[in-house]
Amino acid sequence: MLKNIQLAHGGGGKLSAELIENEIVSRFGEGPLKGLPDAASLDEINGKIIFSTDSYVVQPIEFEGGNIGNLAVHGTVNDISVAGGKAKWLSLALILEEGLEIKVLRRILDTIKKSANECGVKIVTGDTKVVAKGQCDSIYINTSGIGEALPEFNLSRHFIKKGDKILVSGNIGDHGMAVLASREGINIENGPKSDTGTVHRLVQSAYKYAKDVRFMRDPTRGGVATVLNEAVSNTEIGVLLESSKIPLDPGTSAIAELLGIELLNVACEGRMLLIASPEATDKILTDWKKLPEGKNAAIIGEINADKERVSIKTITGGIRLVDVPMGELLPRIC
Amino acid sequence: MKYLDEYKNQGAAEQISKQIKLLSDKLYVKDKKINIMEVCGSHTMAIARYAIRELLPENISLISGPGCPVCVTDTGYIDAAIELAEKGVIITTFGDMINVPGTKKTLAICRSEGCKVEICYSPLNAIEIAEKNINKEVVFLAIGFETTMAPNIAMLEIASKKNLKNISILTAFKLIPPALEALSMDPEISIDAFLCPAHVSAIIGVKAYEPFVQKHKIPCLIASFEPVDIMLGIQGILQQLADKDPHLENQYARVVKYNGNEIAQQLFNKYLEEYDASWRGIGKIPKSGLKLKKEFAYFDASAKHDVKIAVGKPNKACRCGDVLKGKINPSECPMFAKKCTPMNPVGPCMVSSEGSCAAYYKYLRK
Repeated sequence: MLKNIQLAHGGGGKLSAELIENEIVSRFGEGPLKGLPDAASLDEINGKIIFSTDSYVVQPIEFEGGNIGNLAVHGTVNDISVAGGKAKWLSLALILEEGLEIKVLRRILDTIKKSANECGVKIVTGDTKVVAKGQCDSIYINTSGIGEALPEFNLSRHFIKKGDKILVSGNIGDHGMAVLASREGINIENGPKSDTGTVHRLVQSAYKYAKDVRFMRDPTRGGVATVLNEAVSNTEIGVLLESSKIPLDPGTSAIAELLGIELLNVACEGRMLLIASPEATDKILTDWKKLPEGKNAAIIGEINADKERVSIKTITGGIRLVDVPMGELLPRIC
Repeated sequence: MKYLDEYKNQGAAEQISKQIKLLSDKLYVKDKKINIMEVCGSHTMAIARYAIRELLPENISLISGPGCPVCVTDTGYIDAAIELAEKGVIITTFGDMINVPGTKKTLAICRSEGCKVEICYSPLNAIEIAEKNINKEVVFLAIGFETTMAPNIAMLEIASKKNLKNISILTAFKLIPPALEALSMDPEISIDAFLCPAHVSAIIGVKAYEPFVQKHKIPCLIASFEPVDIMLGIQGILQQLADKDPHLENQYARVVKYNGNEIAQQLFNKYLEEYDASWRGIGKIPKSGLKLKKEFAYFDASAKHDVKIAVGKPNKACRCGDVLKGKINPSECPMFAKKCTPMNPVGPCMVSSEGSCAAYYKYLRK
């Protein structure tokens, strides 16, 4: 029994067939993947189609709270969810580095299966390639997803109005800090744990108030600061956040303090931001708090007329700008 | 979170804010500002991040001093690091340095061209890299004040014990007390008090400031970096001014001791000697730098790899020098947020995350 991925696992021969049969078909072989057709034939969809793709290159591939597998499912499902859709099908393309331990691959595939089940999506088509040692870093994954639009949502940052409130579904920055802590070997007790997770239930729970929801986004790379800056750029509106209202995990805050990192700039992989009318945000918040993934949800700020400016009221009572991060803060976090 | 949240307490901040207002009213003189210089880059950043400047009464002015190590590091130093990288040496450095413009390019550009430039969170990472690349030379960019000097020199101790021959450091170590002296002697600047750095003080101790305070009779107050610490520090300085009792005060006694970190000081004495260092934008300050002693030349990247640190020629329009001396606010520089931004920094105060210009750009630009 081989312990590591060989180049021949991607060669199309006997080893390839074995890998696909033992690892892929055994986990995902029901439904459209059955019989391994070259392309998936899918059922008809109601209304508009929402389609998204993302590649995952996180390093390390396993970190506190998750691995590249659940990231690859959650990332694409979350993109479809915050676009106002319900994800149905995913493709799964793996690029494996020669030498990758097969037991690690199995752990990742198990996580993919579990996460897909939780999100209610099916893996319907896929591909596996192997590259020589050194030509990729352990494993890269691409997933593309198809979902159906939830028709009552009519989302655009251009619909955001002065007085609207900003809702976040949980603690911010946990994923980015967990990956950084794993990579740099910063081990502290109760340290950061990735928030990688799904937001589809949060979106579905907010659907009751769809007409009052203006904008939804998952604050991944660049964090909350980047999403909010993008939301108000080239508009007549701005944002004022209240620092004391932003939910933070103490372990994540500790590492961020230690390294001088601003958590507003750090990625989440299982959180969402939602901007809606004040009445709707109150109700959505109450509903979110009943879900495990929304238990720390909070209203963190509101929309004002401060043109294109995102500011924060700090604990001293002073107000300062919240800028977008400059660049290489934490490379390869997703 | 114990020991962090207390110093970010909103109620405490509001109370201190009121006290500061009362004291500033007492000290009010028409058309006269009270200038408090925060020497350390971490103070500059925290003051901006918590919007403390905005809260202060109009007659209290906070001036950002030369306390960001990247900012006061000469262009020539970056050029020397680039030369080393291009010779095939593995450069290891804290992240801030990689975007600092040298005469022709940055270390980030060098890296994109194929040079080896590794970002470290601790000088100990450089040891790991040297052990993994035993057939290559590794150089750590050892810039900074007393705080960063300590782990840098400790790293050399470890390299000695491990008998590692392929690691050396390119030094540009600077000392805070001589800078305070130079700033107080500069007739163009008028400083009423110094907010002294936290971590530097933890190394050098309260005693290091005594000669300066005795000579100049100016309030010097050691404070930490949390918002409540800084506000309490400003309150303490104003109290000293109101009482006409300028002295040395240590509000960070939970970390800073009278004698400082004696183990670090012993290591400095073992490896390093004073010299007249050149500060970017300020010029030469007597006995303001430390360099490796001759007997440790094998750890000195400059000697080992025959690379000279020339005095650089900064951009003439750049007013970082005036910013570093507290003569102007960053927004008064004609290039600020126009030609000079964090994405395309002209001067070092914009490139370092602790630089005054970067702090203004990031948190306060209009």
